Amino acid sequence: MNKPLLEIKNLKKYFPIKKGLFNKTAHYLKAVDNVSFTINKGETLGLVGESGCGKTTCGRTIIKLYEPTDGQIIYDGVDIAKFSDKQMLEYRKKMQMIFQDPYASLDPRMTVGDIIGEAIDVHKLMGPKEREERIQYLLNRVGLNSEHASRYPHEFSGGQRQRIGIARALAVQPEFIICDEPISALDVSIQAQVVNMLEDLQSDLGLTYLFIAHDLSMVKHISNRVGVMYLGKLVELADSNELYTKPLHPYTQALLSAIPIPDPDESAKKKRIVLEGEIPSPIDPPPGCRFKNRCRYAKPICSEQEPVFKDMGGGHFVACHLY
Amino acid sequence: MERLLEIKNLRTSFFTHVGEVQAVRGVSFHLDKGEAIGIVGESGSGKSITMMSVMRLLADNGKIVEGEILFEGRDLAKLPENEMQKVRGNEIGMIFQDPMTSLNPVLTVGDQLMEPLIKHKKMSKEEAFNRAVHMLELVGIPSPKSRMSQYPHEFSGGMRQRVMIAMALACEPKLLIADEPTTALDVTIQAQILELMKDLKQKINTSIILITHDLGVVADLCSRINVMYGGLIAETGTTRDIFYNPKHPYTWGLLNSVPNPKNLVKERLKPIDGQPPDLLKPPAGCPFAPRCQYAMRICMTQRPPLFEIGEGHKAACWLNHKDAPKVEAPIRRGDL
Repeated sequence: MNKPLLEIKNLKKYFPIKKGLFNKTAHYLKAVDNVSFTINKGETLGLVGESGCGKTTCGRTIIKLYEPTDGQIIYDGVDIAKFSDKQMLEYRKKMQMIFQDPYASLDPRMTVGDIIGEAIDVHKLMGPKEREERIQYLLNRVGLNSEHASRYPHEFSGGQRQRIGIARALAVQPEFIICDEPISALDVSIQAQVVNMLEDLQSDLGLTYLFIAHDLSMVKHISNRVGVMYLGKLVELADSNELYTKPLHPYTQALLSAIPIPDPDESAKKKRIVLEGEIPSPIDPPPGCRFKNRCRYAKPICSEQEPVFKDMGGGHFVACHLY
Repeated sequence: MERLLEIKNLRTSFFTHVGEVQAVRGVSFHLDKGEAIGIVGESGSGKSITMMSVMRLLADNGKIVEGEILFEGRDLAKLPENEMQKVRGNEIGMIFQDPMTSLNPVLTVGDQLMEPLIKHKKMSKEEAFNRAVHMLELVGIPSPKSRMSQYPHEFSGGMRQRVMIAMALACEPKLLIADEPTTALDVTIQAQILELMKDLKQKINTSIILITHDLGVVADLCSRINVMYGGLIAETGTTRDIFYNPKHPYTWGLLNSVPNPKNLVKERLKPIDGQPPDLLKPPAGCPFAPRCQYAMRICMTQRPPLFEIGEGHKAACWLNHKDAPKVEAPIRRGDL
């Protein structure tokens, strides 16, 4: 459990913004800026933050759908950050992804069987008969019927499509799955079905998850540890119960207080920290702490110096000048 | 309290090439002046179609088959289209789910805000401009004057939803219908928008109908809740009734399928198994029966009436019949 499967060290992903006649790079959009964390074997690490904070880019960079600008991605002891596509092929079997939008992430012109089998074909893992069996097995595993293999995605509901997406990710027997907002497009009752299934799969197959979402209560439920991102930076990382009961960063505190509580009395009692304004642009962000202009506790030092991401004990990391 | 809206036995269907899809199958509820109520249910429960029927914004193949929609005594279901146009945006405002697609991308935000004012309130351009600026200010958009000449793509998601709210409220409607107004937004922005709606409800005394699938959102804003399932009302009552004394297994399921962040011991979620019913061939009995773990024989064959539980609290479930076996509501809320 405590052996790190994945170590992210100072990961950066900058997108150049080109301007003018000669396409000169005028600015950089710093989507992920110096993020470090580890994920242990068999663990679920949650990653939360508002849209635009870089959590999805972070996930996509780890799996190298985006080329990292700088930093290390150490998977099982090997730094894959600079690997070519050819070298990556082997690792793509080990790392898979479940995407956010079950309506857009399945090719409408492929049958469900072909969608799930595509990765098996790419990696030339099995013969036709074995492939067929594997697809049947996977469909049953995610709670669909064997005959669904010959149908097309439009014949399925959102929850069923997300199951197809999960079956596709499982096809090559991965060790590590990045779940990028896998439930945010689903109804509440269906969300619980999918989350339970992800948990079952994890315990049965020994999977490791990076769970990206903006729904804090669901992330807390599924994750062992949770990281909070703000404007390309990891601002806090802790055990999920610890993060919920003792949030240190003012941004985490505000995020937690914004969760709507399905309980009218609790909801009436609760004091909300309503954050003013919105997440600023990540294009050439100002120096210092990136949260300072929305922070209730901002001090002069926050505009001058960038806070260090430091351990407050027990693996509770925070990047804030208050501590 | 004065009644603002009363829906009586509304039935709305869509006539498709494969047959009649009975989206709303006999829904009745009411709304008083100055009140905020919630309609909760999953996709396909008919919650949006009920409100689209009120606005008479159904697709071409959709039709109100039966029922009355009494808005201050007038039956909107039978109002001719030109009369209806005077109601829409003027007396009833609506906020849609997706702020990214519900604004016109080729018109400036100012033009879109001024349009209903000029059309309905017969304001001059200058008056409408000032009023629009005031509305943007009211919904908390910084430097509203310069924002007037910008296009929707220059606004973020949360800001667009504010513009939508400003537009819906510009003519001071008596009723605001908000269809999943915060579903596409981040939690922090969601909190801002809900706070804003609460605030505006007090300031301009608009009645609100909030459609959502998120029980957390209604808990805060609404005084009464209608839970819908399969085109019918499953349970109706005050917010406290629904949260603390729910009497319908579907409501139990909804309450149980969200994790309680206060729980420090990891507990398995209890989802509602199965899929919502196919409204092309709606079941004869209770629409929830195939997914209900308490289903009895009668549930499959006969649709349950709305049993009276308490004052204004009703549940359409046979378990509330006097001869039914007593079932303890499996709500985890008690062990907090």
